[in-house]
Amino acid sequence: MSESPFAVEMNDVVIRFPGVLANDHVNFTLRQGEIHALLGENGAGKSTLMNALAGLYRPTSGTIKIKGETVNFSSPKDAIAKGIGMVHQHFMLVPTQTVTENILLGLDQPRFFMRLKEYDQKVLALQDQFGLRVDPTAKIWQLSVGEQQRVEILKTLYRGANILIMDEPTAVLAPQEIDDLIETMRSMVAQGKSIVFISHKLQEVTAVADRVTVLRKGKVTAEGVSITGMTKRDLAQLMVGRDVVFSVAKKPQKPGDVVLSIRDVRAENNKGVPALRGVNLEVRQGEILGIAGVSGNGQSELAEVITGMRPCQGSILINGEDVANQPPIVSIRGGVAHVPEDRTHVGSAPNLSITDNTIMKAYREQPVAKGWSVDFTYARENARNLKRAYEILAPSVETMARKLSGGNLQKVILAREISIEPRLMVAVQPTRGLDVGAIEAIQTLILAQRESGTAVLLVSEELEELLSLSDRIAVIYEGEIMGIVPNENADVEELGLMMTGSHLEDIRKQKAASDAGRVPS
Amino acid sequence: MKLPFTVMFEKRMDDVPKWLPAATSIGSVVIAFIISGIILKLIGGQPMRVGKFFFEATFGSWAAVSDTLVKATPLIMVGLACTIAFKMKLWNIGAEGQFYIGAFAASLVVLIPMVPLDSPRFVIIGLMIIMGMIGGAAWGFIPGVLKGKFGVNEIITTLMLNYIAILWNNFWIFNKWSDAGFQMTPPFEKTAWLPRLADYAREYKAFSGITLHLGVVIALVATVVVWWVLERSRWGYEIKLTGDNKEAARYAGINIVRNIILVMMFSGALAGLAGMSEISGVVHRLQERISPGYGFTGIIIAWLAKLNPFAVVLVSILFGALIVAGREIQPSGLAQLLQGIILFMVISSDVLLRYKIRFIRLHSPAAGEVEVA
Amino acid sequence: MNLEIILHAGLATGTILLFAAIGEVFSERAGVLNLGVEGMMLLGAMAGFSTSLATGNVWLGLLAAIIAGGILSLAHGLVTIHFQADQVVSGLSLTFLGTGLALVLGEGLTGKNPPLVPSFNIPGLSAIPFIGPVFFTDHSLLVYVGYLFVPLAWYFIFRTRPGMHLRAVGEKPDAADTMGVNVYGLRYLYVFVGGCLAGLAGATISLSVSPGWYSTQTTSGQGWIAVGLVIFAQWDPLRAAFGAYLFGALRRGILDLQGPAFLLGMKNPLYINSNYGFFLQMTPYVLTILALVIGSRQAARKRLGAPAALGLPYIRGERGL
Repeated sequence: MSESPFAVEMNDVVIRFPGVLANDHVNFTLRQGEIHALLGENGAGKSTLMNALAGLYRPTSGTIKIKGETVNFSSPKDAIAKGIGMVHQHFMLVPTQTVTENILLGLDQPRFFMRLKEYDQKVLALQDQFGLRVDPTAKIWQLSVGEQQRVEILKTLYRGANILIMDEPTAVLAPQEIDDLIETMRSMVAQGKSIVFISHKLQEVTAVADRVTVLRKGKVTAEGVSITGMTKRDLAQLMVGRDVVFSVAKKPQKPGDVVLSIRDVRAENNKGVPALRGVNLEVRQGEILGIAGVSGNGQSELAEVITGMRPCQGSILINGEDVANQPPIVSIRGGVAHVPEDRTHVGSAPNLSITDNTIMKAYREQPVAKGWSVDFTYARENARNLKRAYEILAPSVETMARKLSGGNLQKVILAREISIEPRLMVAVQPTRGLDVGAIEAIQTLILAQRESGTAVLLVSEELEELLSLSDRIAVIYEGEIMGIVPNENADVEELGLMMTGSHLEDIRKQKAASDAGRVPS
Repeated sequence: MKLPFTVMFEKRMDDVPKWLPAATSIGSVVIAFIISGIILKLIGGQPMRVGKFFFEATFGSWAAVSDTLVKATPLIMVGLACTIAFKMKLWNIGAEGQFYIGAFAASLVVLIPMVPLDSPRFVIIGLMIIMGMIGGAAWGFIPGVLKGKFGVNEIITTLMLNYIAILWNNFWIFNKWSDAGFQMTPPFEKTAWLPRLADYAREYKAFSGITLHLGVVIALVATVVVWWVLERSRWGYEIKLTGDNKEAARYAGINIVRNIILVMMFSGALAGLAGMSEISGVVHRLQERISPGYGFTGIIIAWLAKLNPFAVVLVSILFGALIVAGREIQPSGLAQLLQGIILFMVISSDVLLRYKIRFIRLHSPAAGEVEVA
Repeated sequence: MNLEIILHAGLATGTILLFAAIGEVFSERAGVLNLGVEGMMLLGAMAGFSTSLATGNVWLGLLAAIIAGGILSLAHGLVTIHFQADQVVSGLSLTFLGTGLALVLGEGLTGKNPPLVPSFNIPGLSAIPFIGPVFFTDHSLLVYVGYLFVPLAWYFIFRTRPGMHLRAVGEKPDAADTMGVNVYGLRYLYVFVGGCLAGLAGATISLSVSPGWYSTQTTSGQGWIAVGLVIFAQWDPLRAAFGAYLFGALRRGILDLQGPAFLLGMKNPLYINSNYGFFLQMTPYVLTILALVIGSRQAARKRLGAPAALGLPYIRGERGL
């Protein structure tokens, strides 16, 4: 067989899950030595398609060819043997083991005795080749997210992968780290690797890819088209299927009294490392304060100390009452609604019904509570009303929460939190992982809260979301607030610098200095 | 060898049919009986004869039915004890110990005595009920605090407390309250006995020899109370929520530590009540081996009943029958073996509640293409 | 009250807990909690005893015990790994099943005298003062096997490739799976290993340390103590061994308290009223609870936890089984 120009050819691939057609007759080709972007919304079937290429799923029908040879993977091991390496969105690393151990995981060598020192050297040599630096003897849990991603890439390279699949690799990175990653990808392509780059961010796709394939609801809407000449708007239309309005309508509004006032708050994360180092913030009635930052810089902890889920030092005043270091019930009684980061593990009880999930906050009070008992007839009726009002798609209010899609589950959570008529709403990544329709619905609900006079603290990693919803944006970096800017004169470059650890004053000073420098004295 | 089809387990997306949980429980029991029969046959027994004997000894006559219900009475209460703890995913394996301490504490009313023994019956019995529940609750409090405050695994602590409870009881019945050196206390005064149907044999001839006692009514009242708590009360909602997702419960503002301790105490109180009912209704004294492992059987009952209080009553009657028959069936471990197999069948069959089984025909296995049948 | 005797006996009784606890370490490191240790031990004790009796060969007895424990554990493996049943409940039912089987099959074994595991001195080492008589004199072969087994188990888990895979499967099975490690296969394997070792622990009782078949009294809760020790040991074979031997010695030392008429120059209350012995018998159970409290507090302080995937069934993607 002559050398095929294609590293990968996927023909007519169908992948069916119970109740879902994840990939509907999909064609996809990857040329040798190119960066091919796979673009699509959440749930469009990008990851599923690539998981099939990596041997995790077996297609219901269709063929996969690697370098012209038809393959039939029954496990990831088969795919690895054919030179395919996947860097998963959620890192597949064992946190208690070292970098080298993780790189060696699943290999036949070393046979029995580990001889870690010897392999540390090999890992270092590989790092030199591609410029990916990370201490081989460090345990994974001690590494930053960016470093962990490097370990993932090293893992695939160590196995001699020629075809790399990177599933949303930029989602967890700071702008500076994204630049490094793009650099690495270019260097890998230069050394003969081919890369599939999964993303839903148009900006990056146009910046890095040679060709693009777009998926929408499991179907291909653009197959391997060259990126040159494509505009962001073209791509967005292919991805969503209609013209996209990039911002939700926000009415101008004057903020009222201070609802939340945080003074010098410090807290540790789950590993016992300081996660908040003296945070000061204020949120007013009818105002959305956006918290920007790369994930893992203390945003989750900030939300948790306000809602009483995490111990802390300092003072957190909600309408003048200090809730710092109090159990969650105190902030609930103080009128704090919480849309938690983790919908399934924190925000809902998966095996309980929608009804049960809607009364998680209200079961103590009239009218849901009647003395020592819960009025389930009322609760069900109320849940039905919420289901209708929030357009929650589910067979009935008796349906278990775990059977809901992400968007519908998030609507249940918002319905519950809004119905307690909060004075402060803390929303963490409320639209993460949702499709465009659900994102719009959720964002509209949050804006409606603002209009009704609720103070909103919105944590998001999507700068676009913060820019379209917030009144002010605070940037958090390693547990410190780098600066707070009003939305109308927010400058993306400035925000990016703050997200990587520059204080706002310093940026302004430098800018002033360089501006001054230009003026001849 | 290749079969022409393959079996696929598919995640169940729709709601589970209402009849299915009950069907899996019943099916599990039937299969367990068959497997036990096969084992019995293999070691040279006669399963059919044992089976016939089993039925006659347990449901063959009014007296037999009464015997079965008498055995079911403590089982209902320990079954409920396990149900409420398991609902919160608290693995109280200590119902056995709580049973013993409940029996001990109830006996104190008579042995100290806490009230004059010629007091009216309802005073003595009432006090015994309260003491039995306090005793059991205390024995549940220890692992509850250790779990809630220090995160100590409750499975091991409750189990260790079982051994300690039995030794504690032995100390008293071998020593201070031993009846002339025997390993038991002297019999209680009649005023400390739960009324039995046999007590009314003079009025109603049919009751003669029927040992069914008031404990069964206490057990049924407990059933209704547990049902109300779990299904209707605010506390029951908290228990359910915590059991399903502890983080969500914390997020909802529930005091988990307090609930762990309270649920363990409630669970212990129910087991202690069973101990009280057994000594006051059946044994009429404190002695060794008042429980043939009721506490452990309660675990199986709760699971087989799918944590439904009313189903606990039905399952307890079945297991009461097993105990009645098991006293006379040889070899002696057969009843325990049967229980083990039943529990295994139940948890295995749970897979049917989460998955649908599908048979898929393989068309051309060489190409690896499959078609959903 | 002789320290040498207490330590000597402690090593022997500790060996029982050692095998059972390290077996459970293997199983839990792979992510499968098996609470059925008591049942597997009892079945092992019965199988070893009756096979040794029937064949007149104690080695066949040990083999039978190991296989019996292993096979029983596979029932737990099937139900928890493939049917994704709750590991706690499955482990409990395994205890019932093992106990029931052992009682049914062990009818009439009481009072019999099969060949036992031989005891001997280690030449040379037994001559060392104090150490010799305690560690290397008149011990059962199984005690010496235990000495060798502990470091080997530790080395295997922390310093070899299969050991690394074992830890990965219990810590982050999806990572192991994507790298081509057979998660299901390894979990079965280590559940089986745990069962085999529990069976061996049972035979250590019935064919060596306290020979005989006394129905459920044979193990009298030591399987549960072993499960507790694993938590105390924070899933480390060395700590498990330390705990097992310490436990064995304490247990023996406490029972010895009943012997002398005078203790520390006072009349020994235990000698006067033997009923206080009931409190002495409680001590192993009380100690287990204390060990758990200490273990849990340490774990909390050092932020050490159980293997992250312990107790959770592994389901790849949406494919289910």
